Amino acid sequence: MSFEAGTFTPAPGRGALGRMLGTQVLLETKLALRQGEQVLLTLVIPLALLIGLTLLRVVPLPEPRPTSALGTVLALAIMSTAFTSQAISLGFDRRYGVLRRLAATAVPRWLIVLGRLGGMAAVVFVQVVVLAAVAVALGWRPGAGSPGWVVLLVVLGTAAFGAVGVLLGGSLRAELVLAVANIVWFVLLFAGGVLVPAAALPGPLATVVQLLPSGALAEGLRTALVGGTPSTAHVVVLLAWTVVAGGIAVRTVRWS
Amino acid sequence: MSGAVRALEVRDLVVRYQGRAAVDGLDLDLAPGQVLALLGPNGAGKTTTVEVCEGLRGRDGGEVRVLGTDPAGAPDALRARMGVMPQGGGAYPGVRVREMVGLVATCSAHPLDPDWLVETLGLASCARTPYKRLSVGQQQRLALACAVVGRPELVFLDEPTASLDPQGRRLVWDLVRALRADGVAVLLTTHLMQEAETLADHIVIIDHGRTVAEGSPDDLTAAGADRELRFRAAAGMDLRLLADALPEGCTVSEPTPGSYLVEGSIDPQVLSTVTSWCARQGVLADDLRVARRSLEDVFLELTGRELRS
Repeated sequence: MSFEAGTFTPAPGRGALGRMLGTQVLLETKLALRQGEQVLLTLVIPLALLIGLTLLRVVPLPEPRPTSALGTVLALAIMSTAFTSQAISLGFDRRYGVLRRLAATAVPRWLIVLGRLGGMAAVVFVQVVVLAAVAVALGWRPGAGSPGWVVLLVVLGTAAFGAVGVLLGGSLRAELVLAVANIVWFVLLFAGGVLVPAAALPGPLATVVQLLPSGALAEGLRTALVGGTPSTAHVVVLLAWTVVAGGIAVRTVRWS
Repeated sequence: MSGAVRALEVRDLVVRYQGRAAVDGLDLDLAPGQVLALLGPNGAGKTTTVEVCEGLRGRDGGEVRVLGTDPAGAPDALRARMGVMPQGGGAYPGVRVREMVGLVATCSAHPLDPDWLVETLGLASCARTPYKRLSVGQQQRLALACAVVGRPELVFLDEPTASLDPQGRRLVWDLVRALRADGVAVLLTTHLMQEAETLADHIVIIDHGRTVAEGSPDDLTAAGADRELRFRAAAGMDLRLLADALPEGCTVSEPTPGSYLVEGSIDPQVLSTVTSWCARQGVLADDLRVARRSLEDVFLELTGRELRS
């Protein structure tokens, strides 16, 4: 193979920041929505639960049922994306050296982090839109809710679970991350206040659940969707998880 | 090597792992339009050295200047001027070849055309294949594409041909030659002698983090080239007469039966002494040659013959 002279003549320089960020967010979003296991976790299971919880009366939920079910699956969807899916992909991305790869380009490091968060936010947005649309089809009427609180809780929940997910995915070996992230997801779904409301859990567990991001987010969303005001405690719990886990992650997360 | 600003200048570099020195007082120089090969056995400190130069790893001592700038902390402006091919990995597990080259291309202001590069590196047939399903050789060519797509001034290639077939290796060699011809500085690590010999302007052989030899490929292989003469003849000949006839400082031995080695300053006189001695013995000296050492001989001599893990 012969190359024309001048093909590789140096012409260095950093690309446009906005374009770099846009390309990375788009790519991270596509990767998340293309991977079967992740889609199962982030969309298929929440959709199945939304339909099941609305139509079957297996789990006790406050009326109106479609509204409570939506609150439950939104909390689950956020937990799946920001925590489990994020941790696992970060674990494997580290294993595959993609963060080091990007860190060796002209991209500023803050932009790599922002790109990841952007991808995560985009997936959450897709989930909210899809789940809300299906909920409408199942009889949910948005009128009664407090949209401001719902948006705030979605953002805070994504931040809290995202911080814990990055902490987990950025610290352990990829296989260990995979195992832990799935087990925690499972435990929080059933005993963390997501599927079964805190009030329906036995005494001491009910208290603990209120202090978990899962319990705080699910309770908060179910309250806000029927037009209520979530308790300050829920907001504080989510903020606390974000700050504490984020603070530890900044110190401990490894790029490879 | 001359030139106002060196592409790379390393002085007395020291990197420690848990108290042990992985790199121990290394010096390197690389000018624009030159290829520097870092040659050494596994664990010699090649990758560590490259990662310090890339700004991905800190150092415990010494001075490093990459394009005139200290890479510690990897300032964005410096990273925009260099291209990096890591040893293994460097892409999202699920990313497609074309997507990854495109992503890295957007990091640069004037990138090469990703489609052209993918095609040129023989990746067109797997342009839509996810990274984790690529062969190791394809992954390596993708990593190379990502290293050069941004039109850098300095390229770091960490074992660029380790898993490639002969065709792939040739392609990479052609690419390195083209980079050099266009004024790009290339630092490559390898443990392939032929690769270093073929591509490099300057070779630094390192072991245990130290330079054990350096020079142009010719310098390294020529040193001591006039110091041995080998020939084959009947096994078990009496060498005493020959030893007496040879000039002062020359010795003769039979390392393996039928294979003879004369060591010392080999000149035409020595050659004629050997051939006339053989004639007197009534034997034909076969395969007689003044040995020129291969780079591999030099390398093994310097770094030992035992296997490294």
